[in-house]
Amino acid sequence: MSTATTTQTDYAAAPVLPDVLPPVKQRGPVGTFIHRHPTIVGGGTLMAIMVLIAILAPYLGTVDPTALAPVKRLRPPSEQYWFGTDALGRDVYSRVIYGSRVSLIVGFAVAAIASCIGTFIGLVSGFVRPVDAILMRVMDGLMSIPAILLAIALMALLGASVQNVIIAVSIAEFPRVSRLIRGVVLSLREQPFVEASVASGTRVPKIIWKHILPNTLAPLMVNATFICASAMITEAALSFIGAGTPPIIPSWGNIMAEGRALWQIKPYIVFFPAIFLCITVLSVNLLGDGMRDALDPRLAKRL
Amino acid sequence: MLAYAARRILATIPVMLLVAFFVFSLLYIAPGDPAAIIAGDQATPADVERIRISLGLDRPFVVRFGEWLWHILHGDLGTSIFTNLPVSHMIQQRIEPTLSLMLLTIVFAVCVAIPLGVVAAWKQGSWIDSAVMVLAVFGFSTPVFVMGYILAYVFALQLDWLPVQGFNPISDGLVPFLRNLVLPTVALGLIFIALLARITRATMLDVLSQDYVRTAKAKGVGQRQVLFVHALKNAAVPIITVIGNGVALLIGGAVVTESVFAIPGLGRLTLDAILRRDYPVIQGVVLLFSISYVLVNLLVDLLYTLFDPRIRY
Repeated sequence: MSTATTTQTDYAAAPVLPDVLPPVKQRGPVGTFIHRHPTIVGGGTLMAIMVLIAILAPYLGTVDPTALAPVKRLRPPSEQYWFGTDALGRDVYSRVIYGSRVSLIVGFAVAAIASCIGTFIGLVSGFVRPVDAILMRVMDGLMSIPAILLAIALMALLGASVQNVIIAVSIAEFPRVSRLIRGVVLSLREQPFVEASVASGTRVPKIIWKHILPNTLAPLMVNATFICASAMITEAALSFIGAGTPPIIPSWGNIMAEGRALWQIKPYIVFFPAIFLCITVLSVNLLGDGMRDALDPRLAKRL
Repeated sequence: MLAYAARRILATIPVMLLVAFFVFSLLYIAPGDPAAIIAGDQATPADVERIRISLGLDRPFVVRFGEWLWHILHGDLGTSIFTNLPVSHMIQQRIEPTLSLMLLTIVFAVCVAIPLGVVAAWKQGSWIDSAVMVLAVFGFSTPVFVMGYILAYVFALQLDWLPVQGFNPISDGLVPFLRNLVLPTVALGLIFIALLARITRATMLDVLSQDYVRTAKAKGVGQRQVLFVHALKNAAVPIITVIGNGVALLIGGAVVTESVFAIPGLGRLTLDAILRRDYPVIQGVVLLFSISYVLVNLLVDLLYTLFDPRIRY
């Protein structure tokens, strides 16, 4: 038997077991992530592809999307014109690819702006009690006007341009964010840790920055993805009825609006942008769903 | 109960006033002279002056707002700049198609979505559940007009089962009325169904995990009764909230669907008014839609008491 100091050689060699069980195949960290969150991976990949398409638009075999060529109008999809040509002879494929830029820009910008404004108002409303009732009534009033009607009316006033579309849709979307943030703030204020910081003399801005805001990030991000999807659909609907992006700038709604008159005989002008729009919105929705399930499993039950 | 109803009704009045304020002030928040905006690009200075006088822009804002409100309460929504007809008359002519479309859509969506959601929750984890969830995500990722075009292409153009567009008033007969409305209703409804089925499933999952459902099953209550009497009744509150909120989406969707299917309703009226910058009509229609939405939500609030007697605050 060995004495106090043990060395490597004192250990008995471990018995070597025969390979009765098959070796366990381990999934790497990436594989585990994909297995647990298929919707985030699916939605994220699709969205990454759409963003790449938008950024690399000039290199994807496109021509100038605004180049008129009336001689070649209304050609069906072929080897030369992958998605065909529209009533003015423009290449539908190029217009669709460049149109992705407008939709993505509008979607992301509206999500960002509406989230910022909504967070600010929600924070003010949650912390400054006397203002809360008034602000929430105003938000209720704004929310009572159906979003697309509000956006249409604002577009009629502001005039057609991508910036005005972003402004109009953000105004239609921010009240809901402010309600959400206000709810989170009100529920957080009752939490012990916030009470403790108030009791230890922390000033309100620091409480907001260190305690409240980090906890609002999760629902805010999930909500932002849904706003992005909704904004893309609203922008397309606005352009479709003629109250959105000006016709100079190709946008999926625009292309569909122009293809409307002839869609019964030349359906491809309407269908190609429609497919791209659906795929993009689907990817954003999937991403939002996945993020919601991942960030708060309790919400996974509810939607 | 009556006190609750009275309080809810009173609570909607400030909201309606705010909506009226927003709708009225839309014209005045735009940069530039409102009279010039209404007159448009082609107007002469004499036209702009004429419109300015007719709008009464020299009077203070509050006075104008008060007058406008007073007229609204008496049913006078103003006169259209373009057609010189009273706006309420124009709305009356166009309200039937929109109202029928929306009512049919709500009925269709509720009748399809709630059973789908209940079945998906009951058979959670099975293929029905996954199928409903996947279809639901696809459903509300598709814009209304895209859905409309797909349906019209498949069912009207290729299969020729239904007319492509148009509207027949109900006075002309029930069958043509319904035939024309089937495609728009399904297009609008599918998206509403997607939303509603998801929320129904989620709420039902919550409810089905409760103790009283387990007690009912242990008592031997039949499956259908457990689902529809015990579970669904308790799940009803969030579901009808979403139905109420969905009406706003329906209104927006109806505007676009009427465009796709050439239905001469309020949506088309709004669009034409926007393009022609006919502000009294825009104001009148947006006000009408918004007040209807507020009233629908009031109805939902009052319906809560039916499903959940605990709500009496």
